[in-house]
Amino acid sequence: MADAGVSPSQIEAFYLGNFAGPSFVGQNHLAPYIAGSLGLVGVPCTRFEAACASGGSAFFHAVSSVAAGLNDIVLVAGVEKMTSQTTPKVTEILAGAGDMAGEGRAGATFPALFAMIAKRHMYQYGTTREQLAAVAVKNHANGAKNPLAHMRKVITMEQALAGKMISEPLTVFDCSLISDGAAAVVIVPLERASEFTDQPVRILGIAQTSDYVALDAKADITTFWAVREAAEKAYKMAHVTARDIEFAEVHDCFTIAEIVATEDLGFIKKGEGGPYVLEGRTRLRAERPINASGGLKAKGHPVGATGVGQICDVALQIRGEAGELQLDRHSLGLAQNLGGSGATAVVTVLGAI
Amino acid sequence: MSTGVIYTETVVHAAPAEFVADAPYQLAIVSLDSGGRLTARIAGERVKIGDKVELAETRNGTEFFRKLA
Repeated sequence: MADAGVSPSQIEAFYLGNFAGPSFVGQNHLAPYIAGSLGLVGVPCTRFEAACASGGSAFFHAVSSVAAGLNDIVLVAGVEKMTSQTTPKVTEILAGAGDMAGEGRAGATFPALFAMIAKRHMYQYGTTREQLAAVAVKNHANGAKNPLAHMRKVITMEQALAGKMISEPLTVFDCSLISDGAAAVVIVPLERASEFTDQPVRILGIAQTSDYVALDAKADITTFWAVREAAEKAYKMAHVTARDIEFAEVHDCFTIAEIVATEDLGFIKKGEGGPYVLEGRTRLRAERPINASGGLKAKGHPVGATGVGQICDVALQIRGEAGELQLDRHSLGLAQNLGGSGATAVVTVLGAI
Repeated sequence: MSTGVIYTETVVHAAPAEFVADAPYQLAIVSLDSGGRLTARIAGERVKIGDKVELAETRNGTEFFRKLA
């Protein structure tokens, strides 16, 4: 709000992304709770829950309300406080984003669901553990340069491959972090943007889509159908194609998720996401940098904050304010936020005015 | 739903609080010969994608499959 020069009295609605505040910290009714701490009262304050896409979903609905003309100045925030629980308890809370009557009852964790996606991707396309690890090595290298990253530590391929096993074939280095974090953005109509900043970022296209929650209900688990649909809609709205996207923040909750995302977003052919990352084509200042911020892997994954944090990272790049991580080509970027094992997807295309 | 083929699998080392005592355990999605897929546990010998399995038992509402010889 300080960056946009907006005071609480100007905000017409508050959209909050939060996955599991009630489970993590025992606090419900979070949207007015947080808004109240800003002195923001009297306006609609609503919490959006869509697993790891809670932030993206809050953002999507905030954009919808401004685009519809219902509101002019809205605040979107995402927040999660995860580290006050033990890892088995966090694992249990996160598992609640899956189908608890089916896969959850059988003992599936989120790492287990993505491990099964990885195993099938390896089986169908020959994807290797080194290719998975290459995502972690790249994102840690980027995160080490991000002052806001949770883990600013470079790792080697050898370390990534030798990590503690979480759910085969995924080691601890294939998994994103259990983090505390928050992010926020202000959305206004395009014609009013100059009232608030001389460096506005334009939302060119956005879509939220859905699919079945249970992994075993999906015909092909090597692809996130909801992401493909959201990308297609967002590209169409923005009048761009995948080829035009210069850089992207994608949902690397696990290394395999980044590989699948680069395929589903159309950056590379299905099955070729592994070689795409191992060959270095998605590194900082390579042909299409992916997760320059360090991604969920190194920047951290405070679940409900992630979708909003991705928008902030893309916006910083577009404004040329990404510091040591600033990319050479930064006028058209994309954010992709995934909920559960693909039951919610949000894709946003952002550009300079 | 008594027989099927392994569609994908993993061995869970870091279990949720409720299943910590069982870890490591193998979890799989089974393509059932009768149609559809089911997420289930594997009893006995470890399985890999493509292996044929049969239902061994149902415990606490969870199906346990085992490798067919």
